[in-house]
Amino acid sequence: MKTDVSQSAAPPPLLAVDGLTKSFGTLKANDAVDFDIVEGEIHALLGENGAGKSTLVKMLFGSLSPDAGRILWRGRPVKIAEPSTARKLGIGMVFQHFSLFDSLTVAENIALSLEAGTPLSTVADEARRLGEAYGLTLNPHAMAGDLSVGERQRVEIIRCLLQEPSLIILDEPTSVLTPQEAERLFETLETLKGEGKAILYISHRLEEVKRMCDRATVLRHGQVVAHCDPRAETAASLAAMMVGAEVEAVRRSPADHEAAGRSRTAVLCVSALDQKPLGPFSTALRGIQLEVHAGEVFGIAGVAGNGQSELFEALSGEQLQHDPDAVIIDGTPAGRLGPNGRRRLGAAFAPEERFGHAAVAAMPLTDNILLSRHASDASAYLSGGRFAVLRHSALGRTLGRVVKAMDVRKSGENPDAATLSGGNLQKLILGREFDRQPVVFVVNQPTWGVDAGAAARIRQTLLDAANAGAGALVISQDLDELLEICDRIAVIADGEMSEPLDARTVTREQLGLLMGGAEPEKHHGVAA
Amino acid sequence: MSPEIIQAIVLTTATAATPLLIAALGELVVERSGVLNLGVEGMMIIGAVTGFGAAQLFGSPWMGVFAAIVCGALFSLLFAFLTLSLATNQVATGLSLTLLGLGVAGMAGEQFVGLPGIKLQPIAVPGLSELPVIGPLLFAQDPIFYMSILLAIGVWWFIFRTRAGLTLRAVGDNHGSAHALGINVLRMRYLAVMFGGACAGLAGAHLSLVYTPQWVENMTAGRGWIALALVVFASWLPWRVVVGAYLFGAVTIAQFHAQAQGVAIPSQFLSALPYLATIVVLVLISSNRRMTMRNTPASLGKPFVPER
Amino acid sequence: MMRVELVRRSQHSALFSAVSPLIALAITALIGAIMFAALGKSPVAALHAYFIEPLTEIWSIHELLIKATPLILIAVGLSICFLSNNWNIGAEGQFVMGAIAGSVLPVLYPGLTGPLVLPVMLVMGLAGGAAWATIPAFLKARFGTNEILSSLMLVYVAQLFLDWLVRGPWRNPEGFNFPETRSFHADAILPEMFSASGRAHYGFVFAILAALVVWFVLSRTLKGYEIRVLGESPRAGRFAGFSARRMVFFAFIVSGALAGLAGIVEVSGAIGQLRPTISPGYGFTAIIVAFLGRLNPLGIVAAGLILALSYLGGEAAQISLGVSDKVANVFQGVLLFSVLAADTLIRYRVRIVRPAPARLEPAQ
Repeated sequence: MKTDVSQSAAPPPLLAVDGLTKSFGTLKANDAVDFDIVEGEIHALLGENGAGKSTLVKMLFGSLSPDAGRILWRGRPVKIAEPSTARKLGIGMVFQHFSLFDSLTVAENIALSLEAGTPLSTVADEARRLGEAYGLTLNPHAMAGDLSVGERQRVEIIRCLLQEPSLIILDEPTSVLTPQEAERLFETLETLKGEGKAILYISHRLEEVKRMCDRATVLRHGQVVAHCDPRAETAASLAAMMVGAEVEAVRRSPADHEAAGRSRTAVLCVSALDQKPLGPFSTALRGIQLEVHAGEVFGIAGVAGNGQSELFEALSGEQLQHDPDAVIIDGTPAGRLGPNGRRRLGAAFAPEERFGHAAVAAMPLTDNILLSRHASDASAYLSGGRFAVLRHSALGRTLGRVVKAMDVRKSGENPDAATLSGGNLQKLILGREFDRQPVVFVVNQPTWGVDAGAAARIRQTLLDAANAGAGALVISQDLDELLEICDRIAVIADGEMSEPLDARTVTREQLGLLMGGAEPEKHHGVAA
Repeated sequence: MSPEIIQAIVLTTATAATPLLIAALGELVVERSGVLNLGVEGMMIIGAVTGFGAAQLFGSPWMGVFAAIVCGALFSLLFAFLTLSLATNQVATGLSLTLLGLGVAGMAGEQFVGLPGIKLQPIAVPGLSELPVIGPLLFAQDPIFYMSILLAIGVWWFIFRTRAGLTLRAVGDNHGSAHALGINVLRMRYLAVMFGGACAGLAGAHLSLVYTPQWVENMTAGRGWIALALVVFASWLPWRVVVGAYLFGAVTIAQFHAQAQGVAIPSQFLSALPYLATIVVLVLISSNRRMTMRNTPASLGKPFVPER
Repeated sequence: MMRVELVRRSQHSALFSAVSPLIALAITALIGAIMFAALGKSPVAALHAYFIEPLTEIWSIHELLIKATPLILIAVGLSICFLSNNWNIGAEGQFVMGAIAGSVLPVLYPGLTGPLVLPVMLVMGLAGGAAWATIPAFLKARFGTNEILSSLMLVYVAQLFLDWLVRGPWRNPEGFNFPETRSFHADAILPEMFSASGRAHYGFVFAILAALVVWFVLSRTLKGYEIRVLGESPRAGRFAGFSARRMVFFAFIVSGALAGLAGIVEVSGAIGQLRPTISPGYGFTAIIVAFLGRLNPLGIVAAGLILALSYLGGEAAQISLGVSDKVANVFQGVLLFSVLAADTLIRYRVRIVRPAPARLEPAQ
């Protein structure tokens, strides 16, 4: 080892990564990645979905082991074989998804990532104290499954801080927060930075990165394409680095917006829709009221877990209503009709979960085309009368049409859905529905976890559907997306929906306040 | 009924409940780790046959108990290897463990058919066993009875009061998160499955060394399955397993006594009671869906393959 | 310590889909050979007795078809259940109830004869099995009761019910107190196919027909598609407008009916009367058949013949080698284990590794 720490002028960076490489099968998820981070720095890790950010972070935290390359901690090469090693070094992690145990209490959740032998009562007190110090209030005895998304993140952060880390990794921390909640998070991060902690901040939200971060490392297709100072860049230039080319923004043209505003034909009409919670962690819907007009894109904003998927299932007919008039599709009462009855009236649906809801992973693409179309297009795909024999050739032709229209990249003629990337599968699913030329199109989180190219294509499809005279209802957590493509936007919070607002004039702050309307500690002082 | 008969019923209820209790406690730990092992019946019969055989071989029922525990745990390793290391379907693999266990025990036990058994004798706690009513009930039982009570307390303490128990619950709740936190999910599950196997083995030994000290083919007679039902009935809480096991013990014993008393109901109908009771209990508990769903380990039955 | 690591394949391996049953058979034969060697028997002679000897004589092939008939009938029905994620493991009980329902005519009304008796018996057998299977289906659909446990408990109940019948109200009045019903009269007996050479009856034809029909439904029709979608993902099935609740009934009723048919065919074709025990565990062995046949009805025909061979082989080995016929049950258990293990190769690449020590390594 030639590096002599004592002789170098400046102290070595807290963490340096050198030529880190990781492959999954033929895919190089990380290809010779290098970057470094120093104490008291907020360092952004930028990249699209699938660029390799998660893989890199998992290697830093010991959940994955690299195929090649080195990790240097305070100038010394280390091997991080498992998360406990990372924690011992002083690396803490705030996960984006799937990291709390719903059936355990907050204190138990925290205790699990501490050294064995810490008594539970101490954990609870310590968590409360730390929470107060950083303005993150929480109840240590609450069940994690009962918490809101924002509260869950607080637990994650406190869990991480209790280990007194020198480096904190945050994975897409604001993607699930209201703008106001995000604001409070930024304050906490500034405090931590002031204490000399290093923060690795993973995001694809460029404005936040420009505001918060001192340096940025940009990943694309597993490779580092740039190290830069985000404050010296524009959002557009950062986006170009991430995507590799200028992605043209898909926007609702003012003329189309004007035309949509004049439309008075309601293709989807929901009135006084109530629904009880479907399970222990589900949200009740209360008095939902909305009208989607022909030629309009209607957006529903909201923080995850406020009744979006319940609303979707009520509209798709997976959950029926008592009153037939609660949901009216193209003039026909449909409240008592199941998904296929509603599809026959000209409605089309694309749910949030792609695998296991919109598509079946272990089935070929033609079978997945059939999933939503076996009833509405029965004459095209079935023969033999009551025997209902499948016509594979007709399904194959439809698949070809959808693949061409949506530019779906796949391996082989008719592979299993599981082999498609998230973006390509989503394009296939939307293409499957769009191919029917629906009258009303209900989509939930259309571009969640999808790369920028696919997201642009999907948004364009929605606009095309509206321009062709259909009504589109877009449920999304992504405010930017809604502001770009919608004519009107309503907000769903705790199962209740706000009045729709004109997308041209509404501000992010207004929407943010409505989105936070259900947060318990903000009941006072919120007027919509 | 005379007081003597009632006391006899209460006494024998404990004997009938003990194997159910032990097997169900073992399975409870397994399911708390997120694994559904339907092989309880198979592991139990392996315990019964090895317990009987080892007792014969060494002339000591204690050797039988020891052998049954070890063989139950080893036999469960087969299931663990397939479902954990090879990620096979847990339902199908559990079924095949039961079929294999019944087959192996049937073959190995052929030589034991008709042999007089060696009974594990009761141990009376000096003094306490002389207490009226509860004395003979609680302090003059067979050693496995005492073990079952200690086991129930131990399992409760382990699951809710220890760090390892917390880890066990975490693994059963969400194996993905547990892995991300650095918990070795598969090791935890291997240990849980082997504990379940050891318990089922001990429960089997109780059958062939205490309950009916002899070897009869298929002598578990569905008790492994009833133990599985008890875990659902108990919604994964140890103290409720105790209640459930004793309820079932009482049903079993009540029908025996009814048969002995010559009640004018065909014996087959009485023998069917425990099975019918199981179904009734399952229906009652599952219709209370809210509670069941809250307590069900969320990753129960789902295979876990860590990405590397 | 060595450790097995699985790496998920991006697509199911077509090669291993085809050869995994063969790998499983090879593993089973190997374990069997070791087991016989341990018992002090020549492995070659034993395997020969099990898998070759029963095929060398024509009457024995008849017996093979008789044993394969219930296995195939039941397993074909189970394939619908398992594909749609309904775990009916009570086929043994449905088999018994089908046999009982089908036997009502010849046992209680022995005076009724004529060509209609047998068809009515078969229909009643179908209905009896289906009715028994409806109980767990209803409990699952209505209350969410675990169908594995409820269907299994009903096996014991059905067996006890049969036991009561043949010792009680249905006992042969001229039977010297033996626990069995009167023998069926000629019109109630399923005819033999080639009575010159052996006992094989037309039940085997039913089994083949059932396999063909179910194969067509599963692979070519919307119903088959519905079964597979609901089995893969109930939520996607609901999105497709399929009802998981109705599928519970469909799967249980079809498989119960086929198990019931197997029951009455066995009693009418092979036994000729009801006895306390009418099955050596066909309902459970059929689970192995269904998996060995990879839940494909055509594969199930082949698998049913193989498992039937193990029963015959058990008897043959008992006579020629003096090993217990219970070895057959062990074989069957090992076979199912091997099938499940071999199927892993379809979805995963298996690596055996020596794990690196998991600790902090300082600079060299």
